[in-house]
Amino acid sequence: MTVTPPTVAAETPQRATRRFRTTKGRETWAGLAMMAPAGILLVLFLIIPVILAFTLSFTNARLISPNPPRFVGFDNFVRAFTNDPVFLQSAWNTFLFALVVVPVQAGLGLLLAVLVNRRMRGVTAFRVIFFIPVVTSIVVVSILWRFLYQPNGLINSMIDTITFGAWSGMDWLNNPQTALGAIIVLSIWQAVGFHMIIWLAGLQTIPEELYEAAKMDGAGPWRQFTSVTWPGLRPTMVFVLVTITISAFALFVQIDVMTQGGPVNSTSTIVYYAVRKGYEQQEIGYAAAISLIFFVAVLIIALIQRRLTREKD
Amino acid sequence: MRRTVPAFVAAGAIGALALTGCGQAGQGSTTTEDGRTQITMWTHSAGNPAELEVYERIISDFNASQDQYEVVEESFPQGAYNDAIVAAAASGDLPCLLDLDGPIMPNWAWAEYIQPLGISTEITDSLLPTAVGVWNDEIYSAGYWDAALSIFARESVLTENGIRIPTTDQPWTAEEFTAALQTLKDAGYETPIDIGAEDTGEWWPYAYSPLLQSFGGDLIDRDTMLSADGALNGPEAVAWGEWFQGLFAEGLAGNSGTLGNQEFVDDEVALSYTGVWNALASVEAIGDDLLILPPPDLGNGPVIGGGSWQWAISSTCEEVEGAREYLEFSFQDEYITEFADKQIVIPATEGAAEASEYFGPDGVLRPFVELSQQFAVLRPETPAYAVISTTFETAAKDIMNGADVQETLDRAVQEIDANIESNDGYGF
Repeated sequence: MTVTPPTVAAETPQRATRRFRTTKGRETWAGLAMMAPAGILLVLFLIIPVILAFTLSFTNARLISPNPPRFVGFDNFVRAFTNDPVFLQSAWNTFLFALVVVPVQAGLGLLLAVLVNRRMRGVTAFRVIFFIPVVTSIVVVSILWRFLYQPNGLINSMIDTITFGAWSGMDWLNNPQTALGAIIVLSIWQAVGFHMIIWLAGLQTIPEELYEAAKMDGAGPWRQFTSVTWPGLRPTMVFVLVTITISAFALFVQIDVMTQGGPVNSTSTIVYYAVRKGYEQQEIGYAAAISLIFFVAVLIIALIQRRLTREKD
Repeated sequence: MRRTVPAFVAAGAIGALALTGCGQAGQGSTTTEDGRTQITMWTHSAGNPAELEVYERIISDFNASQDQYEVVEESFPQGAYNDAIVAAAASGDLPCLLDLDGPIMPNWAWAEYIQPLGISTEITDSLLPTAVGVWNDEIYSAGYWDAALSIFARESVLTENGIRIPTTDQPWTAEEFTAALQTLKDAGYETPIDIGAEDTGEWWPYAYSPLLQSFGGDLIDRDTMLSADGALNGPEAVAWGEWFQGLFAEGLAGNSGTLGNQEFVDDEVALSYTGVWNALASVEAIGDDLLILPPPDLGNGPVIGGGSWQWAISSTCEEVEGAREYLEFSFQDEYITEFADKQIVIPATEGAAEASEYFGPDGVLRPFVELSQQFAVLRPETPAYAVISTTFETAAKDIMNGADVQETLDRAVQEIDANIESNDGYGF
């Protein structure tokens, strides 16, 4: 790869325009310059692909084909909703996943945050332990859990030991009834530490005086939580809910590594299905349409959430 | 008014653009210091040192044999290889020489990624038919080897349990095979046969569509190549599906465990349906007790998959002459033998097989050569194969997991047919 050195580097102050001499002008330039790297990357990797996906979704474009793509109007969208049971199943699975993960992960994160938000010995160690899965690559985590879930894996050995051999577990990832549940468990375990840290940051913004005042008024721990902690965590809660929702809808890696959408499509998700259609089956136009549906769905849900959790003045 | 751009804005822009630039495969003719023309070459062999070693030797021999060209090789891991090719093709960066998995060849030839091979017919005529890739009556690819599948067993175990040892002339019938599995299960093997169901990807159509063909079904109607209807969801295909589902339901085969042949080597399973590439470890571990058996005749004779990795020349290659010269140079028996013995694959020429330690007339793996010659069937040679392959994999996995056979196969047919139709029949 060759990069020619920037030819505009020889910028001389004498040649500068008048606007450049004013403070405001210089600030504008400085602002633009600081924005440039991020801005260019955003345009290249986000804005352009979104526009492309929007355009492609109304064509029958292929990943590989000697024939030029044709404009097919709304065919792809009609096909998705009327003639593609696997798409509908994937949408349902994704929704189900989010429905369980969002409240459970947010609640568990808050619980852990409250537990480690104390000044006592060894609390840092716990924070580290809860946070380790977050910084571990999700691919690695998925492979590890695939081993745990095997019929002769650690989880089944544990069940076997605890029940004294009465029940030796099951093939978690190959059973349509349990596969999605198994993935939900590992996903929560992996990501809960991140939201614990966010909650913790929120907890630490609540002034200590409020707790002291509450104690003077005779509030117990539970009353302190409901009257002081929870109202103080409102902005944090909105952030946590929206980020978990969006990442839950974007479930992909765990599926790709662990089950490839199986057994019997019980773990196929929208993003996984779009990738599968687009790359494995080379139907880029249809995959773009699925991505667009996904985009609109997430947008709507995020807007509803914002509306439900907005500040009531 | 002239607008000027401050240096750091430009630098930021160039930096961002530089990040998006990918490694150029170097389509333009690059000339080396000593005036040679470079020929770029991609392989899928990263992570396979035995294979890579032979390629490196061929390349250095070729480069030393003349002073006009220099072949420059770059290797990718197999998992990411097809994606790399598709991405490179989309951005016009294909190398001159590339290897590809046999069944994907028609898809790439149809997409005009690769051009007719054009090497001397004397060479291609001497190769195993399954090592030559033909599309539209043109040869597009050729390989140094083929692979084959067989059933591994221990002679002592079969004799002990009173199971007849099958031959290529008299393979097991479907009833015999099922009875043998049942006997072995009763003899204490938890899952008597390892068919590799824990694997994913191309292994599924490669390993299990031959069983479907042995039942009398197929992945697609090969007469027209326009529809899978009747082939993949007819009564024969449903019979295959029921049988395949039964293997798992009755605990005759498992779908977890380790990739490869370890369970068989450890005697945890009595039989192993596996590829030639896994043979050597079993030979070393089991020695004379090892049997290499033909797969069962499930109604229409035993069938095994044919077609392995082969070489092709990209359509954008500017040094076609040099690329052909290299390929012709590389098809020497000496190299083909070395591939066969280092990688444990079936050599593609008679001469190379004669000289091979394992595949020669007295070689311990000779049965594979016979299996390949007698029973190999290529996967359908159509650009639709990319879709057929993934659709079949999903359907077979669903069947394994207990889905309704007829319904699953009907849906697979619908998916394949819709794809063929939306591609205007792929030129058929």
